This record gives sequence, C-alpha cells and structure tokens, in this order.
Amino acid sequence: MKYSALSVLWQGLTGHKGWTRAWRDPEPKKEYDAIIIGGGGHGLATAYYLAKEHGITNVAVLEKGWIGGGNVGRNTTIVRSNYMLGPNTHFYEKSMQLWEGLEQDFNFNAMVSQRGVINLFHSDPQRDAFARRGNAMRMAGIDAELLDPAQLKQMVPILDFDNARFPIQGGLMQRRGGTVRHDAVAWGYARGADSRGVDIIQNCEVTNIRVEGDKVVGVDTNRGFIKGKKVGMAVAGHTSKIAQMAGINDLPVESHVLQAFVSEGVKPLIDTVVTFGAGHFYISQSDKGGLVYGGDLDGYNSYAQRGNLPMMEHVMAGGMAIMPAIGRVRMLRHWGGIMDMSFDGSPFICKTPIKNLYLNGGWCYGGFKATPASGWCFAHTIAQDRPHELNEAFTIERFKEGRMIDEKGVGPRPWIQ
Amino acid sequence: MHRINCPWCGERDEAEFQYQGDATKVRPKEDASEAKYFDYVYVRENPKGWHTEWWHHVGGCRQWVKVVRNTLTHEIHACGGPQDKLPVPRAAKGRR
Ligand SMILES: Cc1cc2nc3c(=O)[nH]c(=O)nc-3n(C[C@H](O)[C@H](O)[C@H](O)COP(=O)(O)OP(=O)(O)OC[C@H]3O[C@@H](n4cnc5c(N)ncnc54)[C@H](O)[C@@H]3O)c2cc1C
Ligand SMILES: [Zn+2]
Repeated sequence: MKYSALSVLWQGLTGHKGWTRAWRDPEPKKEYDAIIIGGGGHGLATAYYLAKEHGITNVAVLEKGWIGGGNVGRNTTIVRSNYMLGPNTHFYEKSMQLWEGLEQDFNFNAMVSQRGVINLFHSDPQRDAFARRGNAMRMAGIDAELLDPAQLKQMVPILDFDNARFPIQGGLMQRRGGTVRHDAVAWGYARGADSRGVDIIQNCEVTNIRVEGDKVVGVDTNRGFIKGKKVGMAVAGHTSKIAQMAGINDLPVESHVLQAFVSEGVKPLIDTVVTFGAGHFYISQSDKGGLVYGGDLDGYNSYAQRGNLPMMEHVMAGGMAIMPAIGRVRMLRHWGGIMDMSFDGSPFICKTPIKNLYLNGGWCYGGFKATPASGWCFAHTIAQDRPHELNEAFTIERFKEGRMIDEKGVGPRPWIQ
Repeated sequence: MHRINCPWCGERDEAEFQYQGDATKVRPKEDASEAKYFDYVYVRENPKGWHTEWWHHVGGCRQWVKVVRNTLTHEIHACGGPQDKLPVPRAAKGRR
C-alpha cells in the first residue's frame, strides 16, 4: 500500500478501515541468504538496502525485543555531517544526502527537518578550532557557516550571551543539519524492507553464532537454529557480547549509558539545534513543543539502559548556564540507552576474521545520523564481500595498524570519546 | 547513585570520583610485544555483569579505588585499595 495525501484523504472518508499492517509478523524460515542480527536503525536499513540496491531479498532481521526499542528509539534525533577527518567527513555526508531523499525513497513520513545545527564557541582558540572544522567541511563540499554573536542573537535570542564563564562569541552552523523523527526511521525502513520480501522477526534473541571451520553457518535463537549464508551483526550496545558469541574477543569497545530528557510542551522557543559543548549540553524542540536535551555519558561501563542523578544534575546545570529561561520548565521524561563506545570514537563497518560474518558497531553516541549510510555501506559490504570506499577505513584492524580515526583527539578513553 | 566505599574516606557519592575503567588490565613489560600492548591499551572484555574497575577519588583523598560493580544492576559488591584482590561473585562472566 502506497502512502500519500490522497490515501489519507480517502481513508478519512471511509472510516480508516482500509489501512493494512505496515510489515508482516512471519515465522522464521529454516534458511536465509543473509541474516541481520539487531532490528535497530542500522540493521533495518541494512536489510532495506540489501533488497533495494543489491536484489538480495531472502533476508531476515532478528530482533530480541521489538524494533525501535533500542537506541534508534532512544536518541535525541539530531542529524549532521560536520566531521573533520577524511573518512568521517565523506561517510556522514553520504548519510546526510540519503536523509535528504529518504522519505520519498521509502514512502514514509520521517519528519526530516533541516532546521540547522549550531555549535557554540566561547573563546578565541575555540573559534579557531571551529573555523578549521568548518573549512575542512567546505573543502569537502559540505555547507558550514561561522556565525557572529549578532547573527546568533537573531536566531536564538534565548541564549545567555553575556554568561560570565562562557561568553558566547559565535557558533559554527550547518544549515542542512537538523532532526529526524527517530521511530519513523525504524518503521519506514522496516516497512520498505518487508515490502521487498525481508522477514522482520521480533522477539527473536540470538544466543549463539555457529562457526564451522573458518566460516559462519547460522545462528541459534530462542526460536531455534536459523541457517544463514551470510550473517551481519548490528546490535549497537551489545556489540562486544554478540562478537564474543563468534569467538571474537578482541574488540576495542566498551558499553556506556547515555541519558536524554524531554520537558513539558511549551510554545515555540527554539527552532534549530544548539550544542553547548563547553558545558556538556545540547537542545532542540520537538514538534509537540517538548524541549529535547541531553549531555554527556554517565561515564562508567553500563548495560542498564538507565542513568544516575549526578549526570542529570550536570546536564540541567549546563542548560541553566546557557539558557536560564528554561529554569521554570518542568522535565517530563528521561531515559537511557547503551552506547557501543569505540576507543577512537569512530565506527566499524567491516568484514571479520570469520568468513561471511560482518560487523557493524562502535557507533558511540552519534550513530543515529549515520543510519542511512551505515545501512547502505553495510549492505554493500555484505553483498559484495568487500567494503565500499566510504567505509573501507572503518575496520577493526585500524587499532593494530595505528590508523585510528580519533575525531576528538582524546586517545583511547571510550568514556570521553 | 553509586555509593563507593573508599578505604581511606569511607562511603561517598559517585560524584566525588572519576571513572578510570577496567582494573583487570596490567601494563606489560617495556619490551613486551606489540600484540601485548594492543591488548592492554585497546581490548576490553566489556562484561554484562560483574566488572572490576578503577574509580579515582579526585574529590577526596585522590587515591585510586578498586571496585567490583555490576554493569547491569549498578550494584557494588566490593571496594578496596589498588593492591587488594577483590572477590568477584560467581556469575562473573555470564548474565545475572
Ligand atoms: C540518549 C541518546 C541520545 C542519542 N542522541 C543521538 C543524536 O542526537 N544523534 C545521533 O546521531 N545519535 C544519537 N544517539 C546514538 C544512536 O541512537 C545510536 O548510535 C544508534 O541508534 C545505534 O544503532 P541502532 O539504531 O542500530 O541501535 P539499536 O536501536 O540499539 O539497535 C540494536 C538492536 O539490537 C538488538 N539486539 C541486541 N542483542 C541482540 C541479540 N542477541 N539478538 C537479537 N537482537 C539483539 C537490540 O534489542 C536493539 O534493538 C543517541 C543515543 C542515546 C541513547
Ligand atoms: Zn578517598
């Protein structure tokens, strides 16, 4: 069923009785050409592009819970391509371009909103660093603009420009950045994949990866053994656990918790995305009026999907410092998600030492924006058994070879990457 | 809120500490192989369950405290000094 304004109108006139389910709920088959473990954004996008770009449709996505229950439904929905190091710059820009055509492509309203992303700066050295980042982006053909305080005041009047500790000197803006409705991304990819023949199997937890000789042959699940000619792992926060099932015990990954917050709905207050990196705070406003904001990792290994009070207080303090007007807005909800923190802050989309087994992970807290390009590149890697040039740097071996992609330059400390 | 029992200062809020990661990693000898150093610097077991880890008491005595903590429940089982061998509950490697 194709979604359109006309179909909404017609259904409205006929009592909304004709809507069909967006994807099936099939029983797992005995065997697939490709099995994707993890029904998050990346797993679903991979299945979608396997079917659409490579014609591989005998595919299953195995999800232990429900699709959209992981980080794809827990993030703060920000998309941008303001990276500085070569491999990241081009990869995230590919993602931005896919976002720009995504809704037409998979015929689903994902509320892609290019409302801009602004990174604030507060000192001369910080301005220089941001100018350099902006220049690197522009040299790669990506939009970037350095804003002065007068321009910023017009766009985001609510900021505390004369903050004593962090006076605002300006911001680096990417106008093509913005937000995308995260759940709709999962649903849109699921529906698009399903309609091309992919089986999306929920409540199906992978408990073991079977390897015979040097080759993967399938996976054990709570619903039995499923044979797979190729197997792709895309489980985000559980990357270490799933890789260990296949005997891959040497991943540079730690799992950490990141929290996010939503306030009660208020009238339009901020129509772009603002990040206050110096104070570990970032914010946007949802279409329902809620302020959506967050900060840093709690900072210790965790699989708990919930955080603790000290980081909550720290985030609120950051918000109060730069946007004191939000002090009387009540917080409505908060939650946590488990981040697969790699030791250089960059991801893995690659082959593994085991034949026909592929790895997608290490997304840290920035993997939502990567969803389309990640699925696109991972599908290519699985279908062709070799990486696309956009993801050939995202290997596991880069750590042994000294080719880390450390965008922040902080060294092997995953909890500050 | 984690409450960490510093051997020198007593039980304190996590906010006084700075996390320093996996405490089971031991620095290899200076002439050890690259593989050993790779393992030391980058490889982590990243368990879902009991984890032996460092917390630096920056807001207190500034000593490094060793802690056995559950990464799924955030429960703290034992705290001690850097030289202490701390007991890790049985379900160490598996799930809760
Ligand atoms: C609070 C928060 C804010 C964030 N904000 C942003 C942001 O603004 N911008 C941005 O770009 N990124 C952001 N991120 C990061 C982003 O959400 C993640 O990097 C990205 O969603 C990870 O990929 P995914 O969607 O595939 O993960 P997930 O949705 O977590 O998918 C992985 C799936 O694998 C399943 N799984 C795990 N183990 C198994 C198993 N054994 N068998 C079967 N299934 C299994 C899980 O149930 C899960 O559904 C944020 C994350 C959080 C938590
Ligand atoms: Zn102390």
